[in-house]
Amino acid sequence: MDAITVRGIRKSFGGTEVLRGVELSVAAGTVFALLGPNGAGKTTLINILSTLVAPDAGTATVAGRDVAREPEEVKRRISLTGQSAAVDEVLTGRENLRMMGRLSGLGRRAASRRADELLARFGLDDAGRRRVATYSGGMRRRLDLAISLILTPPVVFLDEPTTGLDTRSRQALWEEIRGLTANGTTVLLTTQYLEEADRLADRIAVIEHGAVVAEGTPEELKARVGGEVVTLSDPEGAVLAELPTDGTLAGLRRAIAAIDHESASVALRSPSLDDVFLAVTGTREPAITKG
Amino acid sequence: MTALTTTPLASPPRPTTVFATFVARSMLHTLRTPDALIMAIALPTILMVLFTQVFGGAIDPSGGYVDYVVPGIILLCAGFGAASTAVDVANDMKAGVIERFRTMPFRAETVIAGHVVASLVRNLVATAIVILVAVLLGFRPSATPLEWAATFALVAAYILAITYLFAAIGLAASSPEAASGYGFFLMFLPYLSSAFVPVDTMPEWLRWIADNQPLTPIIETIRGLLLGTEIGADGWWAIGWCALILAVALVLTRVLFRAKAGRR
Repeated sequence: MDAITVRGIRKSFGGTEVLRGVELSVAAGTVFALLGPNGAGKTTLINILSTLVAPDAGTATVAGRDVAREPEEVKRRISLTGQSAAVDEVLTGRENLRMMGRLSGLGRRAASRRADELLARFGLDDAGRRRVATYSGGMRRRLDLAISLILTPPVVFLDEPTTGLDTRSRQALWEEIRGLTANGTTVLLTTQYLEEADRLADRIAVIEHGAVVAEGTPEELKARVGGEVVTLSDPEGAVLAELPTDGTLAGLRRAIAAIDHESASVALRSPSLDDVFLAVTGTREPAITKG
Repeated sequence: MTALTTTPLASPPRPTTVFATFVARSMLHTLRTPDALIMAIALPTILMVLFTQVFGGAIDPSGGYVDYVVPGIILLCAGFGAASTAVDVANDMKAGVIERFRTMPFRAETVIAGHVVASLVRNLVATAIVILVAVLLGFRPSATPLEWAATFALVAAYILAITYLFAAIGLAASSPEAASGYGFFLMFLPYLSSAFVPVDTMPEWLRWIADNQPLTPIIETIRGLLLGTEIGADGWWAIGWCALILAVALVLTRVLFRAKAGRR
């Protein structure tokens, strides 16, 4: 069964077409990643699916409910973790969770119990009684995610969940996100990082200029990019060539055969978002990264 | 790691629960950022000491000026205290938290009502303190318990109206800093009224403004209730102005909230 279906969704803001007929299906209990650069329309799509924004055309259902016709029913079945941490700085972590628990329809005691449960789960028990203003970026993000799991809703939206986090916090968050599907929750997340989509997602949709340009499992997409990228630089460090390879020695020989530059240094790197775009669209999309 | 227990689909929270939760949130904010509370009490108290002890002797050598000026100081105090609502609202609107509220199954606008009720409580406490200080400075009201109750009811109505107006300003402002700047204009209103000097001492054009602006009848009514001066039609004007300001501010708040945080 599909937890999310998107059919021909279009949206313009002030004459600029942000989404041009997006089509998607997300199977229940899976992690689905929307991969694309800034301005591709990822956040707008998430906002439409979480009822914040009304589409100009097309239909979308979330957990079996139409986002345009039954927004209140959709709201009962989702949680959204946006790009900026939606936490109350003045309150403590525990107070944040309890408040959101009450606002989610839990009784006083249930809200307190759930708050403690989630603090423990996200490694925040010690910080639970401190004000959020004293939290690090990683702790804020963990609390943010904990809040969106107060009711363990059928569908969870995560808009760039790890942007701005250090490697360790990112790894920890990845584990939490992967764990969500264990109890049947469907996760739709956006990311600018291929590695993140690769680690987390069962399926990936590459989105560019408001349309899905490629969709498949991480393996399928990577197969289209090639295994790794060989970078050849001259002694001054200027890049002479970047060549996708399939990761075999034969592929490597083929890649470097064309280069007639004896002093060039060779480096291998993992495919980047740039390479995915090159492979699926044939144009190199400038991937503006932030944070 | 403990296992996450799944919860069945919960029914949406009752509107009264949402309201109570947001009031509690705003009250906690007030208690944890005492600057606003201290400002709301300290500034009017300082002004009162200034007016009664520094200017008072020149204005009325018999020392009766304190009686005259207290009603105006009470409203000034309410204005200062309500102004921080604009900043609170603007802060909420810029933070991601409003987006989360909007994806939850309740009316997100309730967050503003929470700020307004917290401001009402905060300002009534500040008003009581200001009246106590006034009594220490020689303020001798002649009000009966019923007149006291009427005074607090009118002050509460004024605080409610002006707080909603500040909430609307907070929604209209582009940032919390701007919200605090706009709020400054409203603070001047008490000076252009009968708060500090009788209106008939002002030049003709200024007198017209002072006579016809909302604060003058409200101040005259409080003065009448506390000190037994003639109220006349001012009582009705006071209630009418509060109701009108509240109605306009409520509509503005709704429209601005929709514009800023509505479904786009």
